[in-house]
Amino acid sequence: MSDGTLWVVVLAGALGCYLLKLAGLSVPAAWVEHPLVTRVVEFVPAALLAALVAVQAATSGRDLVLDGRLVGLAVAALALALRAPFIVVIVLAGAAGALVHVLVG
Amino acid sequence: MSSPARSATLRDSLGLGLAVGLYGVAFGAAAVGAGLSTWQAVALSALMFTGASQFALVGVLGAGGGAFAAVGSALLLGSRNTLYGVRLAPMLSPRGWLRRAGAAQLVIDESTAMAVAAPDRALGRLAFWVTGGSVYVCWTAMTVVGALGAGGLGETAQAALDAVVPAAFLALLWPRLRRTATEAAVQRRVALGGAVIALALTPFVPAGLQVVLAVFAVLLAGRPRPVATA
Repeated sequence: MSDGTLWVVVLAGALGCYLLKLAGLSVPAAWVEHPLVTRVVEFVPAALLAALVAVQAATSGRDLVLDGRLVGLAVAALALALRAPFIVVIVLAGAAGALVHVLVG
Repeated sequence: MSSPARSATLRDSLGLGLAVGLYGVAFGAAAVGAGLSTWQAVALSALMFTGASQFALVGVLGAGGGAFAAVGSALLLGSRNTLYGVRLAPMLSPRGWLRRAGAAQLVIDESTAMAVAAPDRALGRLAFWVTGGSVYVCWTAMTVVGALGAGGLGETAQAALDAVVPAAFLALLWPRLRRTATEAAVQRRVALGGAVIALALTPFVPAGLQVVLAVFAVLLAGRPRPVATA
């Protein structure tokens, strides 16, 4: 992707996300607070974030791959279960990924 | 408004803002790792300013995804901010377009949570502006640090960064799956469905599109439960 295209993606995404925020403060609540709409919006993050976890941890292009990222993810899950703060989770996952890279190559 | 309550709100809001802002380092590093320039990483933090959407956009780009999938996943994740705005509007009732435009940019998970949890309307507004403002400043500044730091990484550090991105998404997802979250069992079902859909589609669709299509896992949530008060 060229630098120009990247800028278009960055700015279009930013504008869209800003308009979503502005809409919430501006439109009548009744337009948005339909039970079905709130239901969908409430669960969209779980679906997408889980998809991103899976894709980022276990795929490369069109292949499913197992490497240090999955080890890092397991370490992150353990740290989260032990209620570690975000920054600790991130550092531990990164260290695990680096360690696997050093050991396996 | 009692002064101790005011200082408590100020202290909690600033503390949360600074702590959350630190994660900007992880975002800056992930963005540069995905092929964005430092300026593009900072533009995302300053202009898009909603963490999950930013991570999704660079995550999809980093996986070789197209513009549509990158922007689409960011917008889908950004849609919850619309509901936050609806909830905040009566409390903030921003006067004038400039204040409304400024308030809109600060509508994120953290500022909404702090505002809604405040004991009264005045403290809620204070919590919103202080939390949103401190996250904004700290998150954007730390994005610069992360982006510059990731610029000269070797191969091992790159492997570390590759492991950081999925862990960051898991950390964003985790609070929704906790037993104490509302309808945690349904959230878990939807999350599992999203992950399965994405992995199953990976060999067959252009990179990034499987993330957008995983949104169909919300169908697993089923119909809204009838609410007695609404």
